[in-house]
Amino acid sequence: MQPSDLTPDKFSKYPPEAKHVAVTHLNVLRQLPLSFVASLLREVIDYDYRFPAERTAIDRELADLDHLSAEKLDARFAGFAQLKLTGDLERLDWVDEPGRFTEELSAYLWRTHQLDAFRSAATEYGRQLDANLPVAPLPIPRVGIAVIGKDVPQYDGHLFKQLRQHGTLFEAVTPDNGLAQILEFASTRASNHPGNYLHWYIDGGSPEPPHTSLTSVSYQGITPLRDSLLRFMQSEITRPGMGPEELRTHMAQLTPSDLGFDDGGDPVMGRYRLKLFTEGSGTQIFSTTFVQWACRECLRRAQPLTLVARYAPRQRQRSMNELLSNNDSKIELDPVGSLIDGDMGAYYHWINQQRLPGAEQSSLVVWYEGHSQALAVTPTLPRGTTSGSKLDLKGLLTLATS
Amino acid sequence: MQIARRLSINRRDFLRSAAAMSLGSSLVSASPLARAASVLNKRKVIVVTFGGGARDQETFAPEGQENIPNLMHELLPQSSFFTHVQNQGILGHYVATASLATGVYETLNNFAAVPPDHPTVFEYFRKELRRPASDAWVVAPSNGFNRIGESDNRSYGPGLGAKVILPKHLLTATLSGSDAEFEHLLRDNYETPLYTPQLTGNEFELHQLQEMLKLSVDEFRAHARTLSSPDELSVYIARQLMRQEAPSLLWITMHDIDVAHAGAYSLYIEGIQRTDRLCAELWKAVQSEPEYANNTTMFILPDFGRDSDEDAGGNGFQHHRTGDIASRTTWMMALGAGVRQGVIYDQPVQSIDFVPTLGAMMGFQTSLSSGKPIRELV
Repeated sequence: MQPSDLTPDKFSKYPPEAKHVAVTHLNVLRQLPLSFVASLLREVIDYDYRFPAERTAIDRELADLDHLSAEKLDARFAGFAQLKLTGDLERLDWVDEPGRFTEELSAYLWRTHQLDAFRSAATEYGRQLDANLPVAPLPIPRVGIAVIGKDVPQYDGHLFKQLRQHGTLFEAVTPDNGLAQILEFASTRASNHPGNYLHWYIDGGSPEPPHTSLTSVSYQGITPLRDSLLRFMQSEITRPGMGPEELRTHMAQLTPSDLGFDDGGDPVMGRYRLKLFTEGSGTQIFSTTFVQWACRECLRRAQPLTLVARYAPRQRQRSMNELLSNNDSKIELDPVGSLIDGDMGAYYHWINQQRLPGAEQSSLVVWYEGHSQALAVTPTLPRGTTSGSKLDLKGLLTLATS
Repeated sequence: MQIARRLSINRRDFLRSAAAMSLGSSLVSASPLARAASVLNKRKVIVVTFGGGARDQETFAPEGQENIPNLMHELLPQSSFFTHVQNQGILGHYVATASLATGVYETLNNFAAVPPDHPTVFEYFRKELRRPASDAWVVAPSNGFNRIGESDNRSYGPGLGAKVILPKHLLTATLSGSDAEFEHLLRDNYETPLYTPQLTGNEFELHQLQEMLKLSVDEFRAHARTLSSPDELSVYIARQLMRQEAPSLLWITMHDIDVAHAGAYSLYIEGIQRTDRLCAELWKAVQSEPEYANNTTMFILPDFGRDSDEDAGGNGFQHHRTGDIASRTTWMMALGAGVRQGVIYDQPVQSIDFVPTLGAMMGFQTSLSSGKPIRELV
């Protein structure tokens, strides 16, 4: 089937809001090349479970395309239209399974040496979209806070290696009550600038006492979901004919209820939590990977104004089978390795934050938990310098956001 | 392309200052092979893939050099170093290693136990030079590599390829049921850890452990207990092979670094540091084995890199999925017989040029390869 064959009834299996979006913009969807439209439908099909920022982005993108003439649409998608697809791809159910289609398309593009052409087309499309859609100013500058090194009493290595050149190293931070001050800072921002999914706290271990104004996710808190998913994966792989691609497709279609969980009255967060495990790699076994990926997905999808990420010790490396079997009886932790993981995770936190609107006003603070070292990357503090100023976390956060 | 060239030039400049090496393009061209003609007949080649995908910033860039002290300070000054090796194929470890071994960008399923479509270097080598099966070996990290020794090409294929040893498979065969003390040596494919392809083909069988490697099951297990990773096990087996079989063409594929797929940066760095140490150990083994000392050329090269931090489509070091320049641009180190020491070459070469280069060095044709010999090595 080609996009030009799309009709409203083709979207009958879509959730209600997704169906409404697709049918509303059917005219433009019919004019897009298959190599692109499936990626767009992959976003649309989950519309009912997407964060407000994602919904806005989908709405604006489709509205922008609606206003283009046929000639301009052809010009905008010329790069995609030049890709040579096969009849096998066209026969896939790319309307109801756009995720599976894009996986097949990706493998096909690699195989036929068309991946670079696809990347170029996608990059150029994104550039034009950004140029056409001016960004609204943020109510307050974005702030990221990464807390790393829990339970590491002493570390002789070089901390904040990647970020030092971008910010100021503080060596005399008073650590007392630091985490509480950080969460209080985040909660105050949430109270002063309320909004759904705008202020987050992600913890790699057990969360501190909940701050109701923050959207919270913790590794320990969703252990039952993780355990259930691991059991599902173990049972799936024993089925005849099951392979990596099939398993990924099955996992992509899972809902919390398939694993015996309700979404706690919040289907958006229910899907977000599940996708951390079904789409992340290593999130199922290492808490540090979980936090890094949860931050990346939170920033990419929800575009929060405040994101506190706390890394906790992950389990030591064991054989992959042992890790996936989820036998907790002999778990040993690796605090120092987790500190290194968290340090890199903080760097990625900053990189992903800088990809969002308002990057030039954004700040990131990284703190070695329980210790006097922290680093702040802000628009105002000097880069690549060290400060001996004595201040607590509250003072540092105030300085970083002033 | 400009980014790739910048990566290459940066790597060259870093290395020139670090190791006082000269730039290859400034040298008067003369075949290094001619200088080594006297040892051609006894020549041996060892190929080590610095496998699992490693990036510049964790290896040869200034901030990464602390992770590879052996490559930097011991092996680099003895080597010809190619700063700009491009892999334009599919960036999966099995298919990329198969492409390295055939000189053609293979398109096989990375996660299936299938042979390459095109003849491997082992088939060219054995058929044309009439070498016995014992003269070409592959030591491979993952059960998914068990078909890499020979293609299903009609003119080559079954019976003409390399023998393949899968050390983890071998270790598993010596175990009765689950044996927790060896689990750290049995990690397999990090990309799809739940899958282990069915083993069929020319893999090394347990009974050959004793006959060819002269190792009893007890000896093997006892030594395995002292090792910390699958790649250490591979190097142990490779050294045993060198002693007992002394193959002329030995291919060792490292894989520990690919633990990066689990997303733990510290484990990825540990993998690089371990691979660096194991490369040096192998080179020392070459010097200490009479069959290999002074007549061996060793190549060390990654199969590809990993995604850059800057590509929004990826997640930095964790994967190699974007196909960006950083993940496609790597390096190659050649050292030993017939190779100039302390020289850096920065002109682009491709992964598929490797097989024709080996053919020209060892004296056999590689007619179905798509690459061309690297002139600085032949």
